[in-house]
Amino acid sequence: MQIQLNGEAHTLAPELTPAPTITQLLESLGLAGRRIAVEVNEEIVPRSEHAATRLAEGDRVEVVHAIGGG
Amino acid sequence: MTDFFQDQPLRIAGREFTSRLLVGTGKYRDFDETGEAIAASGAEVVTFAVRRTNLGQEAGEPNLLDVVPPERYTLLPNTAGCYTAKDAVRTCRLARELLDGHSLVKLEVLGDETTLYPNVVETLAAAETLIADGFDVMVYTSDDPIVARELERLGCCAIMPLGSLIGSGHGIQNPHNVRLIIEQAGVPVLVDAGIGTASDAALAMELGCDGVLMNSAIAHARQPVLMAGAMKKAVEAGREAFLAGRMPRRQSADPSSPFAGRING
Repeated sequence: MQIQLNGEAHTLAPELTPAPTITQLLESLGLAGRRIAVEVNEEIVPRSEHAATRLAEGDRVEVVHAIGGG
Repeated sequence: MTDFFQDQPLRIAGREFTSRLLVGTGKYRDFDETGEAIAASGAEVVTFAVRRTNLGQEAGEPNLLDVVPPERYTLLPNTAGCYTAKDAVRTCRLARELLDGHSLVKLEVLGDETTLYPNVVETLAAAETLIADGFDVMVYTSDDPIVARELERLGCCAIMPLGSLIGSGHGIQNPHNVRLIIEQAGVPVLVDAGIGTASDAALAMELGCDGVLMNSAIAHARQPVLMAGAMKKAVEAGREAFLAGRMPRRQSADPSSPFAGRING
């Protein structure tokens, strides 16, 4: 299964298919428990819904964090 | 005398701050320097940017929010790098999720890659959407008093005109316009962008600004931590000078020592 992750094509690991949750995706990326925010198809997915929200083929996922800026 | 002097706090969207210096977190050598400079600045409000997470980064890699913890500072996510109202609104919503519902944001919508001059048309549109969505919007804008008035009318909680171009260090190029904006405003006015050195920050406060926001002037100083301390003092000095009220300017000299009793003969 393929999604768009931070603007690039990303193939999900076979064990995550067919419909992984956002929590599973973040775990596979080593991002579990980090201060990040997630958007799927331009809609925010609140942290409380990560475990219940499943991804579908072609979803556009953004994972963002805080960086230095003025 | 100043020991007994108690200024009013800076009030922004129901929050109160003692420090009138707000700082950014960009352009530092590393997170240690970021943390030390911010501590030396005495700032309580700290702005940061929102960007895509580097995938594949080490799990233990330090995070900016470890250096400026939300428990200790009022974090002000900004929309730096956004060129459309849509991107700015999206960035603010991501920031709100990142900070567990935090509503205070710094809106900036740019219009040109060389000057980073604000696109006020997109800024006005973004402000309207964000305010309707419950955000408290501190807005970076040009030093045009009419645009400033319109942003306040839309409900922005602070108006932040540029002193000069972002990162230019050219100081306050049009103090008269900043003054016009201050005189008409019913919300705090902060100079954001253009500060180069301590005297620029003092001038902003002497004009009657409620605060100053800066990043490069500290981060790009030869010694950022030392400059952060200088900026803290400059903002305090400028504020006290504004409240004290400067002496009138005169055409001719006026001796400070009395004429009477001089030994001349």
